[in-house]
Amino acid sequence: MTYDFNTMNVVLLGMFLAAGVWTVMTSHLLKSAIGLAVTSIMLTLLLFHLKATLAGVFELSVCAGLITVIFISAISLTKPVAETEARKMKMKRLQRFIFLPVLLFIAGWLLSSRMIHLTNPAHTVADAAATVQQALWSGRRFDLVGQILIILAGVFGIVVLFKTKDSVDGDKKQ
Amino acid sequence: MAVLLILVPLAAVLFLNLPLQKIMCRLAFWIGLILCLVQTLLVIQLPAAAWNEPCPVARYLLRFAPAVDNLALVMFLAIAIVVFVSLLVARSTISDCGKLFNFTNLVMLAMAGMNGLVIANDLFSLYVFMEVAAVASFILIAFNREKDAFEGTFKYIVMSAVATAMILSAIGLMMTVTGSMSFNALAKVMHTDGGNPVILLSVALLLGGFFIKCGLIPFHGWVPDAYSSAPSATSVLLAGIVTKTTGVYALIRIVTMMNLYSTPVQTLILVVASLSIVVAAFAALGQSDFKRMLAYSSISQVGYIILGLGVGTELAIAGAVFHLFNHAIFKSLLFVNAATIEKQSGTRNMDTLGGVSDRMPVTGFTSVIAFLSTAGIPPLSGFWSKLVIIVAAWKAGFHWYALIAILASLLTLAYFLSMQRRVFFGKLASGLEDLKEGNPWVIIPACLLAAITIGLGLCIPWLLGSFLLPVRDIL
Repeated sequence: MTYDFNTMNVVLLGMFLAAGVWTVMTSHLLKSAIGLAVTSIMLTLLLFHLKATLAGVFELSVCAGLITVIFISAISLTKPVAETEARKMKMKRLQRFIFLPVLLFIAGWLLSSRMIHLTNPAHTVADAAATVQQALWSGRRFDLVGQILIILAGVFGIVVLFKTKDSVDGDKKQ
Repeated sequence: MAVLLILVPLAAVLFLNLPLQKIMCRLAFWIGLILCLVQTLLVIQLPAAAWNEPCPVARYLLRFAPAVDNLALVMFLAIAIVVFVSLLVARSTISDCGKLFNFTNLVMLAMAGMNGLVIANDLFSLYVFMEVAAVASFILIAFNREKDAFEGTFKYIVMSAVATAMILSAIGLMMTVTGSMSFNALAKVMHTDGGNPVILLSVALLLGGFFIKCGLIPFHGWVPDAYSSAPSATSVLLAGIVTKTTGVYALIRIVTMMNLYSTPVQTLILVVASLSIVVAAFAALGQSDFKRMLAYSSISQVGYIILGLGVGTELAIAGAVFHLFNHAIFKSLLFVNAATIEKQSGTRNMDTLGGVSDRMPVTGFTSVIAFLSTAGIPPLSGFWSKLVIIVAAWKAGFHWYALIAILASLLTLAYFLSMQRRVFFGKLASGLEDLKEGNPWVIIPACLLAAITIGLGLCIPWLLGSFLLPVRDIL
């Protein structure tokens, strides 16, 4: 049996899309979070297979790892809804997203057919043999300032929205 | 030099978070105000060319050459004024020193993000700094940790996430074709390869994403909730400048720099703009919450700006930019007044208010100035900017759109007259006998913004030649 690079890509892409659809369609919050992690893992495999190793590592560590931990921690703080209400919500969800697989199929067909074909650019980052480090430190230093600002905003978000101080008499103060 | 408008607020935030919390807590507010004043003075003093002179340290560290033009200067000025006003309102409405400290830090981060967006010379940088302002805004809306505010924030986050996904997808698709994200490279590709389906798809995604960020109809779902549920100082910031920078300015920049003008794109922009002008004006008529009414009014006024963008002539773009600046000023003024009334009376429900002008004459007077300007009554600034947009639309042959804009002005007048009658005029409502004028922290910015609104209207001949028509350079 011969190994076909393109077939493998298509199989991984199919699994990635299936996991994504399941994530959106399932009415169970925990299953949805796990579905998202599986989607990220599929994307990671796809990125590894396409030789975008660093992108794969970021996807695996941040999306499949860190974000899933945050989601599951948040879900553990919620209460389950009543069974009848859950059934109603499930029906609503199915009605709302029934067209999603069809849309995905059409989008996939459009992207794979000759109607929309991605051309190979003359000067991509990869073609210029630039590494991720070079791209970040030489080409996109200005954006790193933006990332620092976002991280700082996130820190203040945690301080403002989550930090509470227990005073001596037990009252909670911000 | 323009890079300093990002680095200095960043350095200020880092400095304020050094130890000595008690001192820093008191300093933060004043440092925020000083930064805004310095930015305002520099914009007024220095021409665009001076902003492009390289700052050796920043150039070495960031390897970035900003491209500041007259449009960027207008935005720098609007950002500085609105942030200044927002900080003053925060001083009036936030009594806890620690909370004011956090608020000031977040506002300075948002300011750095908006300044970064304004000087960005490629699509990806623009996206990064747009996210900085957005993230800071999410937190500022939920700042008081109230249920409504969380709901408003959640809607804003969800819609922003959709917009982000669309914009990022567009960036990715464009990257596959051009291999570069600089506006110059993208403009060249638009010229040579504009019919490429991938390019068309990415343009559609970009426009959709920025329509959501602008809060245009039918992508406006998040605007009334976010504006009305946010703390007063955040409402001023959000309605005054954040949406204008992350949505409207970014859209103007992208459409003009990437030269997206084609008949379908122009038609799409004009239709969405007209829809926003009319539908939001009707929606504003039916509101009883002061801030929700102002939110719908914002959507309608943003429609006028986008209409100017859609027309696309030099005069129309100048009008759009002028209305963008005017709107930042008079909408901030209206939100400052809403904050004052809410603080003094304890309600935003216009049906329970009445005769407020008797007890709050300054708030009443400045509110009249702002509403007359919004409705386009001469000689206030809003009249001139709307006039320029409508004349430009007429001259460019978009007669129907010009007519819609004129008729919608009557709707604007109607909902603002209704607001004035219900809130400020008539007999004093029961329960408001002890009502007093707001404190200087809100009265000073209200007077300042009203003075700018009147001043801009009276100085239009000078402004048009020296500040606005040079904006044509961006075309």
